[in-house]
Amino acid sequence: MTATKRRPDGTRAPRTTPAKRPRGPDFGAWFLVLPALLPILVLSVGPLLYGIALAFTDAQSGRTGATRWVGTLNFQDLLHDTLFWDSFRIGAVWAVGVTVPQFLLALGLALLLNQPLRLRWLARALAIVPWAMPEVVVGIMWRLVYNPDAGILNETIRTLGLGEGRDWLSGLATALPAVVVVGIWAGMPQTTVALLAGLQNTPRELHEAAALDGAGAWRRFRTVTWPALRPVALAITALNLIWNFNSFALVYVLTSGGPGGRTRLPMLFAYEEAFRYGQFGYAAAMGCVMIAAVSVLIALSLVRRLKGDQDR
Amino acid sequence: MSALRTSGPARIGQYLALLAYLVFLALPFLWLVSTAFKPAPELASLHPTWIPRDPTLDNFRQAFAEQPLLRAAANSLVAAVAAALIAVAVATPLAYVTARHRGRLAGAATGWVVISQAFPFVLVIIPLFLILKNLHLVNSVAGLVLVYVVWSLPFALWMLMGYVRAVPAELEEAAAVDGAGRLRTLVSVTAPLLAPGIVATALFAFVTAWNEFFFALVLLKTPEKQTLPVVLTHFLGAEGVADLGPLAAAAFLATLPSLVVFAVLQRRITGGMLAGAVKS
Repeated sequence: MTATKRRPDGTRAPRTTPAKRPRGPDFGAWFLVLPALLPILVLSVGPLLYGIALAFTDAQSGRTGATRWVGTLNFQDLLHDTLFWDSFRIGAVWAVGVTVPQFLLALGLALLLNQPLRLRWLARALAIVPWAMPEVVVGIMWRLVYNPDAGILNETIRTLGLGEGRDWLSGLATALPAVVVVGIWAGMPQTTVALLAGLQNTPRELHEAAALDGAGAWRRFRTVTWPALRPVALAITALNLIWNFNSFALVYVLTSGGPGGRTRLPMLFAYEEAFRYGQFGYAAAMGCVMIAAVSVLIALSLVRRLKGDQDR
Repeated sequence: MSALRTSGPARIGQYLALLAYLVFLALPFLWLVSTAFKPAPELASLHPTWIPRDPTLDNFRQAFAEQPLLRAAANSLVAAVAAALIAVAVATPLAYVTARHRGRLAGAATGWVVISQAFPFVLVIIPLFLILKNLHLVNSVAGLVLVYVVWSLPFALWMLMGYVRAVPAELEEAAAVDGAGRLRTLVSVTAPLLAPGIVATALFAFVTAWNEFFFALVLLKTPEKQTLPVVLTHFLGAEGVADLGPLAAAAFLATLPSLVVFAVLQRRITGGMLAGAVKS
């Protein structure tokens, strides 16, 4: 519709309502949108639907025969696959065990970084270092820390006279807590930055008024800071839960799911099923179960959020 | 301001708490650096020290000898630069339209941004693997770039929408009143104001792709095609019996580009990169 703007004599047609955007299908807009929409549809929405469809087939890697529909057979098998449910449980423990301490620690750090402390710029810069590191490097780094002989953790324990230390990542009891600590470390910066941004939006005048009225730090936090921070806190916590539940690289590098499957997160389980054993259909079914679990989580957090909005 | 003054002991407590945080966040990285510069005998010692007694570059030499790190770095660089440029090129127009025209399209775009965060990658990677295999793009950096573009789009879109909203629509309307066409407005009014945001988004997409591991692990099979994170895992060997020195040296080198980019972006990130998006 903007193509008819030039008159035959070459002068520009006067725009009658320059501030008003044209209604109806806007081909200019579609032209701008298409370069992004095409790859999204072909390489993101398409594969997702394709993946869900695969869950109802017996697709395998390197097979010569045709792939057949098998209905819900994969899901029935999955129902009785105790190894998968063990892994699912580990995934849930991991996701909650990482997300909750991560949130509390990040909240503390964000509150500190929001204070007029000296060297705050340096602290802010250092606080985001874990974010910049490749997950594989984070895993390698913590393997060096946890190393039974050359690691600094055991050396510190020995120096402090607290015993001989242990092989943290291979111990049946210590492996999961050890990787959870790494998960907390790795995700701290994103959470801190989000909460810090939220804090900077809290009304300072309100803070001062509350302080003048004699409200203590905890009271001010509860009545002024938290209400303003709540939407951000809920959003980042929901995202963290999802990200952590779908996490792969960290644990792959740290333990590869060992010892004895104690740290085998669902993503590692599905990855092995798909790319070690070639069971594409079965692995896709696992992916569907994971997405269902995550969807329930999103729905719950949305409901809470809507309720929270009504309360106010 | 005066009402909010913190008392002396409380202030000291705050500094101590901050120190504890920084120790927790920084020490593992310092340990990595320390290990990277330690000679083999010190690494075998039962009493490792923080500062290498006899610092050496041997680990770096050995790392380059053991694994094709240079080629891996080149692969990573090509994949990350291409992915970042393409992602920003396709995301900027979409971000512009969705940020300016609030409506069904904007709703769908933000909805997709949220949903795509929830994908378990395994559900997407199997079909992608099959699709790319049919296109003969498995085990090729080009195939990986395609995946990275789509994978970094949601966050790029989200960042860019924030930056577009920060450019006042009144400026564009003023240009339109002055007779500038739509394209002209975009090129000479909006683009210059948006440029810093576009650069930041591209840098962010670069780091995301540079650090990525899962897709690279699945899609790249031969060592000459693999990216840096995948090659790094080869140092771990079977059963985790790793040569610690070269492992630490290679891991340290692989982190440097991301650290440099984050140093550049630092003020933008902590100064409220997310603030604009959070406000709405």
